[in-house]
Amino acid sequence: MPVLEVRGVSKRYGKNLVVDDVSFIIEEGETYGLLGPNGAGKSTTIGMIIGILQRDAGTIRIDGAEHSVTNSRTKALIGFAPQEIAVYKDLSARDNLRFFARLYGLSGARARAKADEVLEMVGLSDHAGEAVSTFSGGMARRVNIGLSLLNDPKLLILDEPTVGVDPQSRNSILESVQALTRGGLSVLYTTHYMEEAERLCDRVGIIESGRLRAEGTQRELVAQVGEDDTVLVTLGGPADKALDRLRALDRVSEVSADGTRIRLLTEDARGVLPSVLRTLTEEDMDIRSVEVQEPDLEAVFLRLTGKGLRE
Amino acid sequence: MANGPNPAAVVTAIVAKDVRQRLRDGSFLVFGLLLPLGVAFFFNMLLGGDAQQRTGSTYAVVNGDDGTLGENLVDGMLRPLDEDGVLDLVVVDSEDGAREAVEDGDADAAFLIPEDFSRSLDSGEEAVLTVVGDAESPVAAYIAQEIGRAYATEHHRITLTVASAFDTEPDPEAAALLLEEAESARAPLTVAENDGLDTRQLDTATYYSASMAYFFVLFAAMFNVTSIFEERANGTLARMLASPIPRWTILTAKLSSGLLIGLVNMAVLALATTLLFGAEWGHPLGVAALVLTGVLAIVGLTAAVAGFASGSEQAANWLSVLAMLLGAFGGALFPISQLNELAVVSYLTPHRWFLEGLTDLSAGGLSAVLVPCAVLLGLGLVGTAVALLRMGRMVKS
Repeated sequence: MPVLEVRGVSKRYGKNLVVDDVSFIIEEGETYGLLGPNGAGKSTTIGMIIGILQRDAGTIRIDGAEHSVTNSRTKALIGFAPQEIAVYKDLSARDNLRFFARLYGLSGARARAKADEVLEMVGLSDHAGEAVSTFSGGMARRVNIGLSLLNDPKLLILDEPTVGVDPQSRNSILESVQALTRGGLSVLYTTHYMEEAERLCDRVGIIESGRLRAEGTQRELVAQVGEDDTVLVTLGGPADKALDRLRALDRVSEVSADGTRIRLLTEDARGVLPSVLRTLTEEDMDIRSVEVQEPDLEAVFLRLTGKGLRE
Repeated sequence: MANGPNPAAVVTAIVAKDVRQRLRDGSFLVFGLLLPLGVAFFFNMLLGGDAQQRTGSTYAVVNGDDGTLGENLVDGMLRPLDEDGVLDLVVVDSEDGAREAVEDGDADAAFLIPEDFSRSLDSGEEAVLTVVGDAESPVAAYIAQEIGRAYATEHHRITLTVASAFDTEPDPEAAALLLEEAESARAPLTVAENDGLDTRQLDTATYYSASMAYFFVLFAAMFNVTSIFEERANGTLARMLASPIPRWTILTAKLSSGLLIGLVNMAVLALATTLLFGAEWGHPLGVAALVLTGVLAIVGLTAAVAGFASGSEQAANWLSVLAMLLGAFGGALFPISQLNELAVVSYLTPHRWFLEGLTDLSAGGLSAVLVPCAVLLGLGLVGTAVALLRMGRMVKS
């Protein structure tokens, strides 16, 4: 049974349809990346999933149960770390955790114990009593994420969890997420960093203009858009004389030259590479470097949306 | 993991968190204690001292006494003050004329000396000197009462002195008897304040202590009520809404924390001004009822107005203006008399009802606060209802 099942969900603000018939599922222990440019409908979709926005159509099931803004049972299964650092900065990390623990039904000693456990988990035990306002961006981010773990959720929703943090803290956060998923936690992850999605996500959904344009594993998405591999060869002299022979090679779809540099598109770069090198050698050309670029999520995203992920 | 936490526990948790934040940001201390105490102290220093520092008030006197003591009061006490420029004295012919002078604003207060004034005092019976004050001139009315009290005290002292001066070698038993009679004797002269609501006044210390406490309680409560905007802006409201709590608990907690902060502020200020300034707030039960309904009214109105704002800053701006308007028209910043024809507007403000309730309490029994409390409760309930409707949109999906 999927931990999250989103079926035909739509949301309209006035005449503006901001989420249009979106469907996807997240299985237990799976990390699902929801990618899309600003204004694509990610936040609204997440708002409906965490139960703060009413949907206009469709169904959302959490661990098999119908989910709504008033269903406290399904809401208790979700942990949510918003994009902004949603903590009380004038309170200490421990006070923040204890407060939100009480909103999840923990009281007294249980709330204190859980707060201490989460502080340990996010590596802030030594700073537990300090006001969050004194924390670095990375430390505050960790409190933000820690708050989403207080209720031992089955589904963790992380909305841009690494924005504004240093590389060390980012790596720490990513490792923490990987550790959580290894423990069986399901994660819905949004990010503007493609390398994070490629590193963490088992499957990715690309949303644009309120519609889910494509979803699948990275390889499936690449296959869906039919993106070619790119081979870049830099020579010691002019590249023109070998172009015709290269265009004649099997599985090569396009060849272009720019001074001493040849750009070659193919559906299988690694398979065609020996033929390319042999041809250039036979033409007595001085090969200085070779680079193979396989299509990534960035390329897929660009092809599907016409925009870069950070636009 | 427990589902659906106890709503009462949730409200308590949010209130405790809000109070902790108010303690940490200093707003509780500054707006709840330091400012009201400081301003009340300032006004007490400025206006609560020697009556001779104030000039320009007009006092009417009607001497109906068929004896000499009334004349003694007018010529021996009031006229010298007139001659010294402390007050302007106007002698009128009748009680109705004196009351009319006060009502018309021609006099700030009036002394009514009854026909049997001398006879009552000579026979050792109680004589009543009535002071009619103008509600719109509280300071002048207060001074008039103090003059009357001073005369009453003086007359009492003279009577006792004469009574003991005749017995230069007192028989011990007779002296003890005389002393006992003197101590148990009622003052032969009492000052009766007018029974009309408009003419009863709090003493200066109590008036400014209460008015400043009530004026600043709006600011103290404001931070809690408007904190929901800040929670929305920094994302903690979304986090709360995503948790498995009933949405109504959030608004309830916000209003409750404002009420709690306001009540604590008022209680501390009542105690502090009593100890520091000698303010006399009145019967504790009556004061408690007025403070409870008064703070409820302030929180309700504050939340209602904030409910129409689009953000924290706008709400704070609006509420600051509201505080000044309510304070000015409600008689908390300066006497209502200075509003002239606009004085009737004061009845639309909780400040007027709160201060009037305290005034009534000082002059009458506990039942005197029923009407002011009922009005304040009504204002509070209406404000809260509007607030829930308006602010409810912030927690709706």
